[in-house]
Amino acid sequence: MGSLSKTFTSSVGRKFVMGLTGLFLISFLIVHVSINALIFLNDGGQTFNVAADFMGHNLIVRIMEIGLFAGIILHIVQAIVLTAQNKAARPATYAYSNASANSTWYSRSMGLLGTLILMFLILHLYHFWWPTKAAVFNHEEHDTFQNITMVFQELWVVIVYVLGVISLGYHLLHGFQSAFQTMGWNHKKWTPIVKAIGFWFSIIVPIIFALMPISIYLGWIS
Amino acid sequence: MSNFNSNIPEGELTQKWTKYRSSVALVNPANKRSIEVIVVGSGLAGASAAATLAEMGYKVKCFCFQDSPRRAHSIAAQGGINAAKNYQNDGDSVYRLFYDTIKGGDYRAREANVHRLAEVSANIIDQCVAQGVPLAREYGGLLDNRSFGGTQVQRTFYAAGQTGQQLLLGAYSALERQVGMGKVEMFTRHEMLDVVVIDGKARGIIARNLLTGELERHFGHAVVLGTGGYGNVFFLSTNAMGSNVTAAWKIHKKGAFFGNPCYTQIHPTCIPVSGDHQSKLTLMSESLRNDGRIWVPKKKDDPRKPQDIPEDERDYYLERRYPAFGNLVPRDVASRAAKERCDAGYGVGASKLAVYLDFTANTERYGRIEANKQGNHHPDKETCMRLGREVIKEKYGNLFDMYAQITGENPYETPMRIYPAVHYTMGGIWVDYDLMTTVPGLYCIGEANFSDHGANRLGASALMQGLADGYFVLPYTIGSYLSKEISTKAIPTDHPAFVEAENHVKSTLDRFLNIKGTKSVDHFHKKLGHIMWEKCGMARNAKGLTEAIEEIKALRKEFWSDVRVPGSSDEFNPELEKAGRVADFLELGELMCIDALHREESCGGHFREEFQTEEGEAKRDDANFSYVAAWEYKGESVYELHKEELNYENIKVAQRNYK
Amino acid sequence: MNLTLKVWRQKNSKSTGNLVDYKVSDISPDMSFLEMFDVLNEQLINKGEEPIVFDHDCREGICGMCSMYINGRPHGPKDLVTTCQLHMRSFKDGDTIVVEPWRAKAFPVIKDLAVDRSAFDRVIAAGGFISVNTGNAQDANNLPIAKSKADAAFEAAACIGCGACVAACKNASAMLFVSAKVSQFSLLPQGQPERYKRVQNMVAQMDSEGFGNCTNTGACEAECPKGISLENIARMNRDYLTAKLFSEEEA
Repeated sequence: MGSLSKTFTSSVGRKFVMGLTGLFLISFLIVHVSINALIFLNDGGQTFNVAADFMGHNLIVRIMEIGLFAGIILHIVQAIVLTAQNKAARPATYAYSNASANSTWYSRSMGLLGTLILMFLILHLYHFWWPTKAAVFNHEEHDTFQNITMVFQELWVVIVYVLGVISLGYHLLHGFQSAFQTMGWNHKKWTPIVKAIGFWFSIIVPIIFALMPISIYLGWIS
Repeated sequence: MSNFNSNIPEGELTQKWTKYRSSVALVNPANKRSIEVIVVGSGLAGASAAATLAEMGYKVKCFCFQDSPRRAHSIAAQGGINAAKNYQNDGDSVYRLFYDTIKGGDYRAREANVHRLAEVSANIIDQCVAQGVPLAREYGGLLDNRSFGGTQVQRTFYAAGQTGQQLLLGAYSALERQVGMGKVEMFTRHEMLDVVVIDGKARGIIARNLLTGELERHFGHAVVLGTGGYGNVFFLSTNAMGSNVTAAWKIHKKGAFFGNPCYTQIHPTCIPVSGDHQSKLTLMSESLRNDGRIWVPKKKDDPRKPQDIPEDERDYYLERRYPAFGNLVPRDVASRAAKERCDAGYGVGASKLAVYLDFTANTERYGRIEANKQGNHHPDKETCMRLGREVIKEKYGNLFDMYAQITGENPYETPMRIYPAVHYTMGGIWVDYDLMTTVPGLYCIGEANFSDHGANRLGASALMQGLADGYFVLPYTIGSYLSKEISTKAIPTDHPAFVEAENHVKSTLDRFLNIKGTKSVDHFHKKLGHIMWEKCGMARNAKGLTEAIEEIKALRKEFWSDVRVPGSSDEFNPELEKAGRVADFLELGELMCIDALHREESCGGHFREEFQTEEGEAKRDDANFSYVAAWEYKGESVYELHKEELNYENIKVAQRNYK
Repeated sequence: MNLTLKVWRQKNSKSTGNLVDYKVSDISPDMSFLEMFDVLNEQLINKGEEPIVFDHDCREGICGMCSMYINGRPHGPKDLVTTCQLHMRSFKDGDTIVVEPWRAKAFPVIKDLAVDRSAFDRVIAAGGFISVNTGNAQDANNLPIAKSKADAAFEAAACIGCGACVAACKNASAMLFVSAKVSQFSLLPQGQPERYKRVQNMVAQMDSEGFGNCTNTGACEAECPKGISLENIARMNRDYLTAKLFSEEEA
């Protein structure tokens, strides 16, 4: 094996991939949440649909979309490998452990939170990504906004979405600053700022995401 | 006949080591590769020696009883390491360090060795810094120093209160580097239980694998012991629980003389004993005496809290008795002064066996300096104390934390209570200038040898000696012997001497297990410790020592008929390990008392109540006792005294005066 | 104080172990946790039972040998102390205390509460040193080092190698230990020539010992008796990635 490929199978290397893909996915979230926020213009989804249409047809965006999926898959595969390695590193577990004394529950539950997010993601893709793709493929017009307002009429869907973004919030709460730590980007002056940004990012972004289904369900937006 | 000659090189004192190094026989690189050296112990002396010998090209096997060489008790040394660098421009020099060490040792150390120690002291600092040991620095980026007892210069280098740890980790790194390169074979959790002597020369050891109980035979062209001191003979000491005399005692019984066994250092600043349950004592570094003032109330049984006792009702007895050195008198002097006050009824705390070590005055002084720096030229007392505490915290934080942890009291608020405790043994295996024992091919380094400290060691000199021996002395001097061994082939370990030694070890282990008595090993260890502390401790007298010898003999007899050692010898069995160590302490204790009884004078750590001045100071007898007492083992309770006369050609022998 | 102890007993590395209940009475609050174990062992010996094996040596918190997982936390409930410096005043009369060995694949149990931590030595042997032979050093003050750097290196070097970080980590990762040594040398000018080679070799050895990966939960830092900072792990990651991605020197 070459030195570079060995890099990415080492403990630090795998974490590097996790961190890098994590940060990449965070950057996607910024785009996603910005477009979502357009519905709050309350213009009957006009601006939102323009943006959605652009995202669905623009070539560069579509290439990036492949990158996005690759990123998600890489993030998941690495997570599975790391989890397996970490489990193997402690074959006999403690009879009694007081882990809450030294770490937060969500930092220890990234795998669980990630799994919840993945399950949510599958539903989410089924709801929105697939119809868009199908429309593009069939050269049909697709009204994303209308699709949204339809999907979020069901209470259970809204609840699942809210739970999904809560999982995302906790995942980010640990993941955001953790990615910087893993990449080795720490600094006496800058790290506190990164942590503060990460904290507010993990709260604000999921709230905006959650507001969409809630406001549609409650009819604040039509 | 054993080789009892100090082998001090001819010539002028300052030139001896230089000339020796230039003329000592060498071993060529090709021959070094086939010469095997066994190093027992992985503390400062052992690890540095093993690493250096391997760097030079020898095949080295290194043994330690802990699970890693990094755990040797050198790690616990707190205060610092001396070196004649004169970085502080306060008039230090090799000669001054030499002089202070001889004087501090109460004129009972060998001039040539001490001078060599002072000469190489500077190299040690260079070596350690090159290894990445993070010694304390000043803002300009240069190394910082502090003061220690018995000197009037600042020559002590340090790394917070963890100097021993940092130096040991440096030596450990060097050792592990050689392990990684395959040049040192490391045997952790192994205990040396005998030395193998063939045709009068040391040729190997018997070691027990502590995990499996298996006895192993190891050959070496030479054997080096760096196995530390024997302070644990007192049960309660600042030594680690595992520190022991076993390796040294085994070689003593195989012909190595034991030098000055009665010279024990009682360290003045330790946390007092709090109850019967106590398993060990904890040192508070001597560096604290830089900023702490020692006192007791002027009134007996003063019930007031220390903070409530006004200045003029306090007796700063060290400053009173020794105005020139004050709180920084050598350890033996400070310890005895504390004992004197407590015996006279002025002790403090529940046990009345403690004195105060008070930082208030210096906290305030530091605070005032800080306030001035911040532009506050008339700070009130509270501001001074607050700022001063931060300075104190930076200097001694870990020690203060440790004190709070153990006693449950806050030393920033209330003075520490301290009392002397056994800390170091100046005595040990007798060695010549080459650090070779009376058995050819058998070397002893660090605290384990009778060393360069005479009758009392100065603070921060133990680390210096351990590393001097390991890095800079032994690697040269061992060549003088090994150069004659280049044609000696490795002796197969089925040689009868190996078989016999192993059988002897095995039968001793079986004997412990077969006694099946009623009392634990610790029971005997505590009893022995009590006898030693009461009768061979800070003050000794003929009557007590004579009694102690009989009591130890009786205790030893009881041990061999009533000790209970559970488990078996073919498993990990710490009780069995302890039994072996305590059995050896039970013999050593007797020899210490014999030595203390024979030395009818007071010097350094050895204080005979019959021999003191009217002011209660130690009274030496240079006419009759200016020698090293080297004891030869002749059978149970039989020891023959050999005397190595000490000649002082470069120093005027005088009564020590710290007034 | 009277206490109930649930202590892990395991005959040797091959056998399976279990928690065994013991009662101890008349425990003084001034005793250290290990002195309480001394009392228990004395009781066991007097009853003709096998005493509990546990690692310990200096009993002043610096050798790093003691290693008990007490009530679900390495070195027990107090921060910044080792087991030997934990005193019984941290417990209440009538408490039940669960005591287990460190648990990690890389730290197999030897007997009862004693584990094999030689993996740490092998990690150091792989690169935790500066390659300078005895006798080659220049004068110590020829190399001024900023006090802040020297202090930071010292703080990293204060690691006692006890393994509490591994014991605390849900992944049994050794990154705090390894990064402390990497950082010490990475911060000092003496460590620069081997800086990138060192980090690669030490990480490779760490991985091959079977330790887990760091997920930045911070449990190691919280439980470290010497307060070694998580920043060291970031520094190690940075050095490692720099070495692997940008350095042309192979380790």
